[in-house]
Amino acid sequence: MAEHVVSRKTYIVVWIALMALMVLTAGLSRIDLGEWSTVVAMAIAVIKALLVILFFMHVRYEDQKITWVVVIAGFFWLGILLALSMTDYLSRGYLGVAGH
Amino acid sequence: MATIAAPAVERENYLNTDFRVRSWLLTTDHKRIGILYLLSITAMFFVGGFAATMIRLELLTPAGDLMSSDTYNKMFTIHGIVMVFFFLIPSIPATLGNFLVPMMIGARDLAFPKINLASWYMYITGAGLMMYVVLTGGVDTGWTFYVPFSSTYSNTHVIAAVVAIFIAGFSSIFTGFNFIVTIHRMRAPGMTWSRLPLFIWSHYATSVIMVLGTPVVAIALTLVALERAFHMGIFDPRLGGDPLLFQHLFWFYSHPAVYIMILPSMAVVSEVVSTFSRKRVFGYAAVALASIAIAVLGFLVWAHHMFVAGISAYAALVFSLLSYFVAVPSAIKVFNWMATMYKGSVSLATPMLYAMGFIGLFTMGGMTGLYLAALGIDVHVHDTYFVIAHFHYIMVGGAVMGYLAGIHFWWPKISGRMYPEAWGKIAAATIFIGFNLTFFPQFVLGYLGMPRRYHAYPPEFQVLNVMSTAGASILAVGYVLPLIYLLWSLRYGEVAPDNPWAATGLEWRTPSPPPTENFPETPVVTWEAYDYSSVAEVPVAR
Ligand SMILES: [Cu+2]
Repeated sequence: MAEHVVSRKTYIVVWIALMALMVLTAGLSRIDLGEWSTVVAMAIAVIKALLVILFFMHVRYEDQKITWVVVIAGFFWLGILLALSMTDYLSRGYLGVAGH
Repeated sequence: MATIAAPAVERENYLNTDFRVRSWLLTTDHKRIGILYLLSITAMFFVGGFAATMIRLELLTPAGDLMSSDTYNKMFTIHGIVMVFFFLIPSIPATLGNFLVPMMIGARDLAFPKINLASWYMYITGAGLMMYVVLTGGVDTGWTFYVPFSSTYSNTHVIAAVVAIFIAGFSSIFTGFNFIVTIHRMRAPGMTWSRLPLFIWSHYATSVIMVLGTPVVAIALTLVALERAFHMGIFDPRLGGDPLLFQHLFWFYSHPAVYIMILPSMAVVSEVVSTFSRKRVFGYAAVALASIAIAVLGFLVWAHHMFVAGISAYAALVFSLLSYFVAVPSAIKVFNWMATMYKGSVSLATPMLYAMGFIGLFTMGGMTGLYLAALGIDVHVHDTYFVIAHFHYIMVGGAVMGYLAGIHFWWPKISGRMYPEAWGKIAAATIFIGFNLTFFPQFVLGYLGMPRRYHAYPPEFQVLNVMSTAGASILAVGYVLPLIYLLWSLRYGEVAPDNPWAATGLEWRTPSPPPTENFPETPVVTWEAYDYSSVAEVPVAR
């Protein structure tokens, strides 16, 4: 397995993008977007995470399937956490609460 | 090959290669790190055991007379935190797993030996901080750290305790991914996935839980600390938070954590039952895949701890149903071990006694788990001694029995000495009797309605509590016995042959104790797992 060499330029561009997004997050936190403020903040956070995972953690250059299995498993488990927690939060009106 | 008398000049092995303290504290040898962990978790076991002793002494009488309710709260909190995070979680994986995973697959070491050492230092840092908490006033939230008590009202060292667990969590993650990478990449030639000992399959499943679950509890506890220190609104409704969110995050890890404790014990039991029945494990593939199924399904059941906490009735139904599913792979294992023993050539050496104890007690713990997964019954027995009895049957009757089975089974390999067999059997019987006398009455107490976490109780519960405390005294003797005779055996025990049990694993096909590099030359595996014809010529020691 040959180590993929990533050019310094790529790293610098990604780093500048991360810094720009950080400034954007900080700036937007001063503007009241109402319901959208959480959505926008989360969207920016996801983009930042993707940049780190794909470039800094080299996942984008990885052709080994096992790496992708690990990455996908991580997100799948996060999905389990969110989805099954939501069976509680989203269904609180369905059948009432036990004992009440 | 005949049994060889102890050579006049001792062979060089991982123990006698260097005696300096520095060579232990800076070692990257997985076997030595396993020993470091063994010593550390044994110390923590006695700290947790001390707290348990205080609890049982207080409950000897109905009045809360030995200690104040606040002190009692700290005692059961210390007992829970120390036993769960600093003993049971690392118990088998970090000691036996560390020692055996590379040996069983024919590797020289784990994939990342330095990270393995770092994992021990993480553990020691966490354990040290926890001991600081214990000595400077303790923490009284229960090991579950439920909000809002932990985040707002408790006046004890919550933040320090949380940080200690956070740090120890890293040791668990380090161990987990080290095992995963090692099992994927470092198997000896011929050691295919279908030839792996079931010990390895179980440890693989355990590692998956460690890597995927631990970060969630670490974050959940960090959020408690942040809310406590900076009043960030996460769990407190007055600040816009949700108190049930903590329980969701906490149990997302802490239910699967039970499988971090029990899967490695199952790993040991598979090896021991096969070896002392002289038969291949019945349904190898089913047992192997059951480990993976337990690891995955274990993540889908957590809210069964929250049925009376105010989750929606719909979610309760979903989690109740999912909880039943976990019983299936667990039952597959139990039935397959019994089928392995059926018509096998069973010998009742000490490890086998512990393994059989495991099978019986784990089954009782598992079956009562189904009671608790049933919504109607759970409402009745929630937060009573029934729950305490249930999870001690799993964690002590199951996990600790498996741990002791493993310590005895591999003691000849680890130390190069045999433990005294008669004493081994006496201790195993003492522990079995003491355990049942301690915890069976607690099922009855819980069913009658005695709640957990109180230092006083109505007088009609006294007889059962006295039985429980009497059992705990017997159990304590049972735990001290192995400590004494295993230490005794280091000097006076019979010198162990390379393969005293005529077992099939690769770890038995190298000297006892093994050389630092594990094998004189890389083994090539040409036989299937548990093929006893491949070791037929090796004599049994007894
Ligand atoms: Cu559970």
